[in-house]
Amino acid sequence: MKYKALIGLEMHCEITGTNTKAFSSAKNSYSTTPNENVRPVDMAFPGTLPVVNKEAVKKALMASIILNCKQPEYIYFERKNYYYPDLPKGYQITQETKPAPVGIYGHLDYYVNGELKKVRINNIHLEEDAASLDHKDSTSTIDYNRAGVPLLELVTYPDFKNAEEAVAFLETMRSIYQYTNISEGDSKKGQIRCDVNVSIMDENLDETKEENWGTKIEIKNVNSFSAVKDAINYEIKRQIEAKENGTYDEMEQQTRRWDDEKQETVYMRSKVDAIDYKYFIEPNIPKFKVRQEWLDEIRMLIPELPNERKEKYIKEYNINTKDAETIVKEKDISDYFEKCIKLNCEPKEASNWITTRLLGYLNKNDIKIKYIYMTPEMLTEICNSVKTGKISSQQAKEVFTLVLEEKKNPEEIIKEKGFVQNSNEEEIIDLIQKVLDDNIEAVNGYKNGKTNIVGYLVGQVLKASQGKFNPGLTAKLLNEELRKR
Amino acid sequence: MSYMDKSIKEIHKDLVQKKVSSQELIDESIKKSHEIQEKYNAFVTILDGAKPKEVTEELISGIPFGVKDNYSTKGILSTGSSNTLRDYIPFFNATSIENLLNKGAIIVNKTVLDEFGMGGTGTTGHTGIVKNPWNPLHMCAGSSAGSACAVAAGVYPYATGSDTGDSIRKPAAYCGIVGYKPTYGMISRYGLFPFASSLDHCGVLTRNVEDAAIVVNAMKGKDKNDMTTWDSSKIDLTKSLYENVKGKKLAYIKELCNVEYHKNADETLKKHLENFKNTLNICKELGIEVEEISIDEKLLNAIASTYVVISCAEATSNMSNLTGIIFGPREEGKNYVEIIKNYRTKNFSPLIKRRFIIGSYVLQKENKDRYFFNAQRVRRLLVDEWKKAFQKYDAIILPVGTGPAPLLKEAKDVIDDSTKALEEHLQVGNFGGFPSITIPNGFINNLPVGVNITGNCYEDEKVLNIACQLENKMNYKNQIAKENNDEI
Repeated sequence: MKYKALIGLEMHCEITGTNTKAFSSAKNSYSTTPNENVRPVDMAFPGTLPVVNKEAVKKALMASIILNCKQPEYIYFERKNYYYPDLPKGYQITQETKPAPVGIYGHLDYYVNGELKKVRINNIHLEEDAASLDHKDSTSTIDYNRAGVPLLELVTYPDFKNAEEAVAFLETMRSIYQYTNISEGDSKKGQIRCDVNVSIMDENLDETKEENWGTKIEIKNVNSFSAVKDAINYEIKRQIEAKENGTYDEMEQQTRRWDDEKQETVYMRSKVDAIDYKYFIEPNIPKFKVRQEWLDEIRMLIPELPNERKEKYIKEYNINTKDAETIVKEKDISDYFEKCIKLNCEPKEASNWITTRLLGYLNKNDIKIKYIYMTPEMLTEICNSVKTGKISSQQAKEVFTLVLEEKKNPEEIIKEKGFVQNSNEEEIIDLIQKVLDDNIEAVNGYKNGKTNIVGYLVGQVLKASQGKFNPGLTAKLLNEELRKR
Repeated sequence: MSYMDKSIKEIHKDLVQKKVSSQELIDESIKKSHEIQEKYNAFVTILDGAKPKEVTEELISGIPFGVKDNYSTKGILSTGSSNTLRDYIPFFNATSIENLLNKGAIIVNKTVLDEFGMGGTGTTGHTGIVKNPWNPLHMCAGSSAGSACAVAAGVYPYATGSDTGDSIRKPAAYCGIVGYKPTYGMISRYGLFPFASSLDHCGVLTRNVEDAAIVVNAMKGKDKNDMTTWDSSKIDLTKSLYENVKGKKLAYIKELCNVEYHKNADETLKKHLENFKNTLNICKELGIEVEEISIDEKLLNAIASTYVVISCAEATSNMSNLTGIIFGPREEGKNYVEIIKNYRTKNFSPLIKRRFIIGSYVLQKENKDRYFFNAQRVRRLLVDEWKKAFQKYDAIILPVGTGPAPLLKEAKDVIDDSTKALEEHLQVGNFGGFPSITIPNGFINNLPVGVNITGNCYEDEKVLNIACQLENKMNYKNQIAKENNDEI
């Protein structure tokens, strides 16, 4: 028997693009100093009240528009009640689907290996993050910096067929969040966290009919894209095994968690034990109307998104699909590329440098593009120096490396290294004569019709010049000299 | 010569003319606080070291006042009359208190309430029961019991209160003074320990209507920390107090006020309703038109249960921050569940736990529509009925409760299905966020009783105007409680 999987995602992403928290005037900023960005309301001191951050609502509505969701007539917030030490109020302010959250029933197009896919979005809502806990041997500490940070939770329908699609969607979403300055989307800072649900069914059944679906297993706290991939693959395998050994029907709807160290999903609780969160409307936040003009204004603020940039790179700059996809994936890299082009760098050259050497350097050193020494101006200068024949492409590679390593401008390095391409005809001819004199046999061979020997001779001249001669000019002059002999 | 039994304007005048100093007022108020504490147990904290303040043109400057202990006061113990916060000293002031302090008012004590405002007897605070200064065998009602007791006994001209069901307006009636809660959102709730956020109001207890207007003028204002506040800067509550009320229209609800609707009415209730009708006659003498209106008894009888469902549901959630982890006395436990459980089990009174259970029950998935959502629907129906009346009438006038303060030994604070609509109708003022004021209108069995005037949202000035004119036509303005044990 063959099986297919139905996979759905809940993607939580912290909004980092606001000055203050979702319902508090504390600074919304990542900090390694515990309890630095805290106001009384973040620790739920008696009598404190939430105040909605309009900027966070605006960003949430922007995400809703991008996801082609329906926006509500009124914004409401609700309380989700449960006890946990990371939740000071004993409830989280969030949005349930009734009444409507910032976005409902949308869809998004995304690409998997160049193939266009579509996922349906059930809803996207704005809520607040909890504090972060650190468990030591016998004690636990609570850091309230994160308590109240605005969080967007996006819930998809189970439209993904495999881990690759799920991860491609997550990457697309992360790019969108970055492009719109909704979030840095840095999973190392815990800004993106996912819950994944997986079920399998017989391959020949119709997945559009819900009665054919298998038992839904939810996996909580999957906190990196690679973990999403591993958790999905593990869970599909586990469920297929259960089908094959006949235990699948005993499996109840349940919540599991992903254990990153053991690389497996672990049982947490059954659906039967699901917590009743006793939602009700937050009475301290009056409902407020979402005016059409406000939505139009937000729509105008949506910048060019990754897919639009990708199309532009392919059509206008003649860059191949793979490179275009690579460049647009991270906004900072795409911005870097566009800056180079603005500075009149040849797009294809810029793309080549960025997708090969620059990304190689970033990955190898695990560093973000905004922290490197080389500015788009410097990369453009290197490209243009090659184009005008000032330096050779071989030299350019060395300059590139040295700019990054020694943190000096390309011009400085070219000067220091004496990397000036020599186009002085007299000097070139002098050296050509010398090389030809030393290679009498080769010259004779040429005279006897072995014309392919020219390349060898050009190489010898360039080598003797220590790579400083302009290769095109050297070849032209060498041909002329050979014919004279 | 005593000053603390005078009105704010009188005291201010003497302060300005230097007949008395702020320090002398504090001394008198603190001395009286200790006497009253001894007799009636009205305070959680008395601030013996209270410092005088400069007398300015602000009417309340240099004058002592009391704060209900569910207001957050910076550097001063604020317990909510609950063991859960018996050691809690806040580091910030409630906005309304900050507003009073900025105008030169001086806190001299923190008053006892029913634990977190969740009670109507003044008997459930963690420091013990509060006794009625007119007769200590009787209750003050609650939850603003200590504030009502102290103002009635002449400790100071005013004390703050909070009102979720009738917690200002009923104790005011039982203690023979004025209790006023303005329109929802006129006074910021920031720093008020929440009971049920959609019903909670800040307000004040005074001995005359003008003082109530003066104090709320000073407490109110839009607050960036409370989204439900609105800009009332153009409203001066004292402005229209003395305008002529001739031609104003008042309505009373016959199902509540006419004795034939109360089959088993005892003598006290009969006297109470008769006294109310006398008050209506005084209104007519003032040139006010008084008319009878009718509201479906079924709807009126649903007031109490609607209140229980909504207030308990919100309370359960509002008090989930009380875990003993961040503030409050930490309890022992093997893990966080045990720590929270031990703290809440040990420190909440049984009454509160009962309300938490009701609140939890009505919010459960399987019960939510039947109880919580239905309560919201009935709330809406009731508010619509009242608003309908406000289209035709300037305000609704009704008797407060079924008579004067009951005996303490009869105090029961369990929620009783058979409780009469007459006892609970003030809660509609909270459902709608209406401005609502209680003033004393007589005595029954030597104990004071009150009458309530409630108007439409944002029409506080109108309500205060009618109340002030009615007060002036009666003999109970500025009365100080005189202890009376005759009936024993």
